[in-house]
Amino acid sequence: MIQYAAIILFVFGLYGLFVNRNVIKMIVSLNIMEIGLNIFIISIGFNYEGIAPILTSTTANGLIYVDPLPQALVLTAIVIGVGTTALGLAIAKSIHKTYNTFELDETGDAE
Amino acid sequence: MKIKNLFGLLLSLVLGVFIILAMNNSEIFPAFGEANIAGRVSQDYFADANVAEVGSANIVTAIVIGYRGFDTLGEVTVLFISALGVAIIFGGKKQSRLDLQFKPNFMLRVGSRVLFGIILVTSFYIIFHGHLTPGGGFPGGAIIASAVLLLYLADDRFRSNVKGFKILEGVAGSLFVIIGLLGLVLATYFLQNFLPVGTVGDLLSAGIIPVIYVLIGLKVGSEISGIVDNFLTEEGSA
Repeated sequence: MIQYAAIILFVFGLYGLFVNRNVIKMIVSLNIMEIGLNIFIISIGFNYEGIAPILTSTTANGLIYVDPLPQALVLTAIVIGVGTTALGLAIAKSIHKTYNTFELDETGDAE
Repeated sequence: MKIKNLFGLLLSLVLGVFIILAMNNSEIFPAFGEANIAGRVSQDYFADANVAEVGSANIVTAIVIGYRGFDTLGEVTVLFISALGVAIIFGGKKQSRLDLQFKPNFMLRVGSRVLFGIILVTSFYIIFHGHLTPGGGFPGGAIIASAVLLLYLADDRFRSNVKGFKILEGVAGSLFVIIGLLGLVLATYFLQNFLPVGTVGDLLSAGIIPVIYVLIGLKVGSEISGIVDNFLTEEGSA
């Protein structure tokens, strides 16, 4: 079920990227897409009987660990998402300083 | 304009339906919560091989730093490049920080400094226990940056030591590579563990993993603090 929610989030983000011409809204759409993708990757490795993949001294018998590999990959993806978002916002601020607007359609007529 | 929006909606919906249909007919993607973990990796592996080879109680950390350390080096490099890009876009002339809309009173300034210490201690706890508990260098570094952001927002005269952050970032990144090269020299391959693994669950265990995670935490913290500083400053007199 969560996988469908993740796909819906991804599609929302994609729609936002198609429709919006505002730089800030585009960055927000990109982040929504990224969150959807991260949830999807995490959900691939989940199991109802699984516990967090951390070795403890009191691990109960019969329980298994969830798949740790998607979690490690998402950890990477989150950090890179932070980097791209920061760079995108910096470019947005630079655009606003030059053209005094965030709308990409209105940037043409400034000198 | 309306046609374009409709076309975008249609395209997104078609793509979403396509993905869902592709998932339903596929053996690769299990239903939610029914992933066959035992078919991917043996549960004995977590308990035995991981302990002998890496010795990190947190298996996600064992993957991120132990098995995929080179990947993490690239990831840290990506973050460094994005911080560099932000600095180049905002950089240039003499800079001063943005003015606040209000005048912070005494209580706010002192209270935020007290909170700054507590947040910093929490972040170092999370970084140092990255191989034992959930967390590690990346979240810990983000918490360091959040502490710096708190001081920026609560104190109108605060300006972080940007040059110090840059030096810390460079030293941490270089030490990461040097530890990797030490693995190449003392053992057989880049970023190989050359320290004793120790007992799983101890603070000083898992070989080079805590060392590298501390370096990553410092590097990420200083990089994100630098980004925060860049966003909250503007060119001098303008």
